[in-house]
Amino acid sequence: MGLKENLHNIKEKNKDKKWLPAFSALHTFLYTPNETTHSGGHVRAADDLKRTMTMVVLALIPCLIFGMFNTGFQHFKAFGAPVEFLSMDAFLFGFLKILPLIIVSYVVGLGVEVLFAVIKNHEVEEGYFVTGMLVPLIVPVDIPLWMLAVAVIFGVVIGKEVFGGTGMNILNPALVIRAFLFFAYPTWMSGDKVWVEGATERAKEIAAGANLDAISGETILGSLAQGKEFVYSVSDMFFGYIPGSVGETSTFLILLAGIFLVVTKIGSWRIMLSSIVGALVMGLIFNGVVNAGWIAEGSKFYSLMSTVFWHHLLLGGFAFGVVFMATDPVTASQTNKGKWYYGFFIGFISIMIRVFNPAYPEGVMLAILLMNVFAPTIDHYVVQGNVKRRLKRLKVKTA
Amino acid sequence: MGLLSKKDAKLISDPLLDNNPITIQVLGICSALAITAELKASIVMAISVMFVLAMGNVVISLIRNIIPSKIRIIVQLVIAAALVIIVDQVLKAYAYELSKQLSVFVGLIITNCIIMGRFEAFALANGPWKSFLDGIGNSAGYGLILVIVAFFRELLGSGSLLGFKVLGDSVEKTGVYAYGYENNGFMLLAPMALITVGLIIWVQRSRNTALIEDN
Repeated sequence: MGLKENLHNIKEKNKDKKWLPAFSALHTFLYTPNETTHSGGHVRAADDLKRTMTMVVLALIPCLIFGMFNTGFQHFKAFGAPVEFLSMDAFLFGFLKILPLIIVSYVVGLGVEVLFAVIKNHEVEEGYFVTGMLVPLIVPVDIPLWMLAVAVIFGVVIGKEVFGGTGMNILNPALVIRAFLFFAYPTWMSGDKVWVEGATERAKEIAAGANLDAISGETILGSLAQGKEFVYSVSDMFFGYIPGSVGETSTFLILLAGIFLVVTKIGSWRIMLSSIVGALVMGLIFNGVVNAGWIAEGSKFYSLMSTVFWHHLLLGGFAFGVVFMATDPVTASQTNKGKWYYGFFIGFISIMIRVFNPAYPEGVMLAILLMNVFAPTIDHYVVQGNVKRRLKRLKVKTA
Repeated sequence: MGLLSKKDAKLISDPLLDNNPITIQVLGICSALAITAELKASIVMAISVMFVLAMGNVVISLIRNIIPSKIRIIVQLVIAAALVIIVDQVLKAYAYELSKQLSVFVGLIITNCIIMGRFEAFALANGPWKSFLDGIGNSAGYGLILVIVAFFRELLGSGSLLGFKVLGDSVEKTGVYAYGYENNGFMLLAPMALITVGLIIWVQRSRNTALIEDN
């Protein structure tokens, strides 16, 4: 008897034990469950939830590895000992800094999931598989681990479990986690220190009287919000050699991941495309306002407004949010027409928040959360519109 | 409670738990969100509401037979407004700082749904003693939730209770702050009050499943 049969037998024997859902979760990671449906006809497809999730995680891996390189690269650069970007030093440094984030994210998140599965006596859902990988990529590398743990508990419980678990949530749990961190511990989520590993520590030492150079690793959006110049070239922005949250800096890799998700039909190209269009439209409007001379050069919105409109796509977490979060099938609009509206407003509102509220440089997070809330409404009107149109057609025919 | 008959005691105990105005009837939420960032303000608010509701209930109950039913809402409003003004003036005289902190919310007690709800639902149909007990019970139920919410919001949001820094000083890094703990700024924002009330509702209904409504 092989392992497979043994596992099935264990499951059979302990049918009504409390811990069975936890066991099943591990079981289904190894083998397809042997349960069959009891009634009705069912379509069996290979791309179940787990396969879908695995694909997204695969698409995230390049961003993660790039983030490890970038963390080390930014650290050594800021501390005055620059290393080659693709060097082992940079990678190992970043690896050791980011690994704890990943471990905390998964251990805490899955812990909560298993707890709820046991309490509610259902199978552990795979929903956290992707969330757990997204979370370390969208936080600053210096975030204290306990904060991350608190935020993950909050995000999984309030963002997902209270609504009934995976597939029932209104808001994207990963973004709930980030929003929680952002509002709860703003000093750790914004400013010019947190994006470079070690800068916060250095600032503390200086405050304590140490004679050291202050380290500043402002993000480009942060510099622009203060009307400062930044030193990064467009290719730096595109390839991602800039400070930022762990895995969102490289627009290039995100673009590749986006293509991968579209080709495998996991991410919706409609949402991605319309978000980009929305962002470009808003960017063009702002550029137009600047060109028309309606805004004074000294205005606090000037430098962000005058940013070349397509640069917005490369800055901040916009690309990451659009490719990985806006396309979350659970929280996005379900109808094809609705997806166009949903995506367009995500892009449009992200840039609007980014420009008009420099205190919230990461507009894309708030824009996606906002549109998550509106997605069911959009769908409702799309469906109703469809019903009306068909009724009309029916009337014309019968008349 | 030897003083009260079983029925009267129920008037007080029911709204504390199984018929709580905030968690079961979901009334009076606005002020529960607005002033629960600090424990002190919540306690003052709870006492103010208790005064207005208990007194108002008694007055309404006394004149319930002579109020023309067509204008009863206006009469109730006048009585509530008079009592609220008394509370407001007393606070301004004896606790000016707190009064400033509570700002419009003392005045807005009059719009607290619990007040009008109890006037309408109870005082108009019951005697003064019962109405008094009902007022005390409902405002105590309201106050209880306020205090629970404020306890967690002030403790986690500001690291203090009633203004005392129980978790240590966040600037000087004493107490738990020495270990890297930080205040959760989100707790001070209104959404967390709503979420905290939601969590209380969750706990309450999973302990007493009879409270769960049918869908």
